Amino acid sequence: MSINRRQFLRRAGMLTALGLGGTIAFTGFRKKAVVEAAGYGVKSNALKATRWAMAVDMSKFKTEDDFKRIKEACHSIHNVPDFGNPKDEIKWIWKDDYEHTFTSQHNKYLEEQLVDAPFMVLCNHCENPPCVKACPTEATFQRPSGIVAMDFHRCIGCRFCMAACPFGARSFNFRDPRSFIKDVNPEFPTRTKGVVEKCNFCEERLAEGLMPACVEASKGGLIFGDLDDPQSEVRKIISSKITIRRKPQLGTQPSIYYLVGGGDHA
Amino acid sequence: MYKGGKIIASLIIFVAFLSIPFFYNMGKANAGPDVNLSTPAIEALAPADQQCIEPVEFMRANHMQLLNDWRTEVVRNGKTEYINSQGKAFNMSLQDTCLSCHSTDAEKVANTGISNPAANNGMSNPTANASPEFCASCHTYTAVKPNCWSCHFEPKGALK
Repeated sequence: MSINRRQFLRRAGMLTALGLGGTIAFTGFRKKAVVEAAGYGVKSNALKATRWAMAVDMSKFKTEDDFKRIKEACHSIHNVPDFGNPKDEIKWIWKDDYEHTFTSQHNKYLEEQLVDAPFMVLCNHCENPPCVKACPTEATFQRPSGIVAMDFHRCIGCRFCMAACPFGARSFNFRDPRSFIKDVNPEFPTRTKGVVEKCNFCEERLAEGLMPACVEASKGGLIFGDLDDPQSEVRKIISSKITIRRKPQLGTQPSIYYLVGGGDHA
Repeated sequence: MYKGGKIIASLIIFVAFLSIPFFYNMGKANAGPDVNLSTPAIEALAPADQQCIEPVEFMRANHMQLLNDWRTEVVRNGKTEYINSQGKAFNMSLQDTCLSCHSTDAEKVANTGISNPAANNGMSNPTANASPEFCASCHTYTAVKPNCWSCHFEPKGALK
């Protein structure tokens, strides 16, 4: 029962051919129902832009309710949990004081109103976002519309983006967020434990032709539009009034502009 | 062959041992999941509209691939509409499109006694229940555990 090399190679070759041929015989002739999708598109009424930006008119923020209303509008439609303690806090839009918002612009003597006033802060959707560079899985990426978006499916929870973001705009789900959402919005997913989240400029609403929830709830305090469009309201405000941005020296080019001059903007 | 008898005998025992499950189950019909997947939402549609977004055969074989493509198009490419092979447009959303038809009222499921181990599995918020009966009826049987429901959820009737 011994074979020489020639016989061995011949038999091995025949077996290989048989194996390959057998596979084709089984799968090749089986009819597969193939449906060709015509394609993918966007809704005809979707809002489009090449550089979404927001102006925050500080003169419209006077009472505590102005902030609360906006925060609740955002957090309720996006299923943002409330853990009830600042360590685990998840925030998409929130308020902070002048000193912590504009860290490098704290003159010794400032207009009193400015120093005491809280500011509405959210993800800046930077033109040059450091979080996108830090993300190892491309879970965070920049859309052609300028929105710094997140793909929660890809997030591995490494939190590099949180370290990279100079604005603290990102929050991490240290716990399962589901039981901490009071009223679940059935049209938006929740997140899971171990995922970072942040403001998405309401891209799901823009796709349906709606303005972001915070803008709608702000009663004119937040002005949203395309910065690249010279006719847009936000561009007109930014190019005609004095606005400040958070930490501009870092070169991330934030898209949130704060109109602090007071008075009527338009 | 050195100690050939022992080797061959051991081999026979080994093969017999390996093939026990095959012979044990031979001839026994394996009953598949038999669940009525029609929902009130589907029955309310006109008969012409009762087809899913693609023909049933395609959906059975390729729904996972389709959902993957949808995710990529919506999340990464910013597309929101799917135009199917018949030219009809659908909003690409697992929660808002698929589950608007393929949802089961969790209470009703509990009352009819259909067992759904995937429902409320690891779920902490009673308003967001996990894998809908429609998905679970096959996925439980085939032991496929997709992690869709850790974030997406079936909207409860009361919420709609």
